[in-house]
Amino acid sequence: MTGSGRGVVRGLGELLITAGIVLLLFCVYQLVWTNVEADRAQERVGDSIREAWKQPDPGATTGPDGIIRLSRSDFGKGFAFLHVPRLGRKYSVPVVQGVSLPDLTRGVGHYPKTAAPGAVGNFAVAGHRATNGEPFANLDRVKRGDALVVETRDTWFTYVVDRTAIVLPTDVSVIAPVPGKRGVKPTRKLITLTTCDPRWGSTHRLIVYGHLTAEQDTARGRPTVLAKGA
Amino acid sequence: MYAWIWRHLPGRWPVRLLLSAVLVCAVVAVLFTMVFPWAEHSLPFLDVTVDQQGVQ
Repeated sequence: MTGSGRGVVRGLGELLITAGIVLLLFCVYQLVWTNVEADRAQERVGDSIREAWKQPDPGATTGPDGIIRLSRSDFGKGFAFLHVPRLGRKYSVPVVQGVSLPDLTRGVGHYPKTAAPGAVGNFAVAGHRATNGEPFANLDRVKRGDALVVETRDTWFTYVVDRTAIVLPTDVSVIAPVPGKRGVKPTRKLITLTTCDPRWGSTHRLIVYGHLTAEQDTARGRPTVLAKGA
Repeated sequence: MYAWIWRHLPGRWPVRLLLSAVLVCAVVAVLFTMVFPWAEHSLPFLDVTVDQQGVQ
């Protein structure tokens, strides 16, 4: 082989090795770094919620329809914690307002215009299942009868899972006040969790439906379903 | 390519080694803070909501 030919082959080889290293680095970024960053962000959000709860309540922000009135600056702010005993005794993730990508790296996101925790209607929440903190990585393990506990400033709301479903990403009726029936006036207090399905894909959505079974003042301590936890 | 960069770095070899390390760190930093967050959006892991266009 001539000298210049060898140079071209070497250059190409270096380029391919570089591309391989960059792809490996991208895997490290996706599988490790996004989770490190999201865990840090979630810890900060969690701390800021606890801090805010020590201050006096700024007043009701919930309308008579059970929907929280949001201003632009409220998005991405934490206002509750979601505990799912099935996903771990100490499983606790902050719930932030909004479901945009920046919001969802800070916790699980409350769909705007869906009911507040414990209100009549549907408290709908989305969370990542892979990368960026992946709070709902194991949401497929949640089964009928499992507890979903939402901790707010002054109340623990305990929901029980009714059923799970896999739907198309366009099926917005799952977060309707009465899931599956758009435009129907709600009478029950429901919860809906959404995440992607399959875990590393986005062709469908995994949905967990539940209804409120108990509420208790935070002053009276943790609900019994969580009592064994932290 | 790498040989070319090495030849064009100034100083003796310990200086060049240090400069190479700085260059590698700079490239990794740009990848992690700008390129990868951008590339991430073309992957399907982030789509967890129903009706991503509408509800947001």
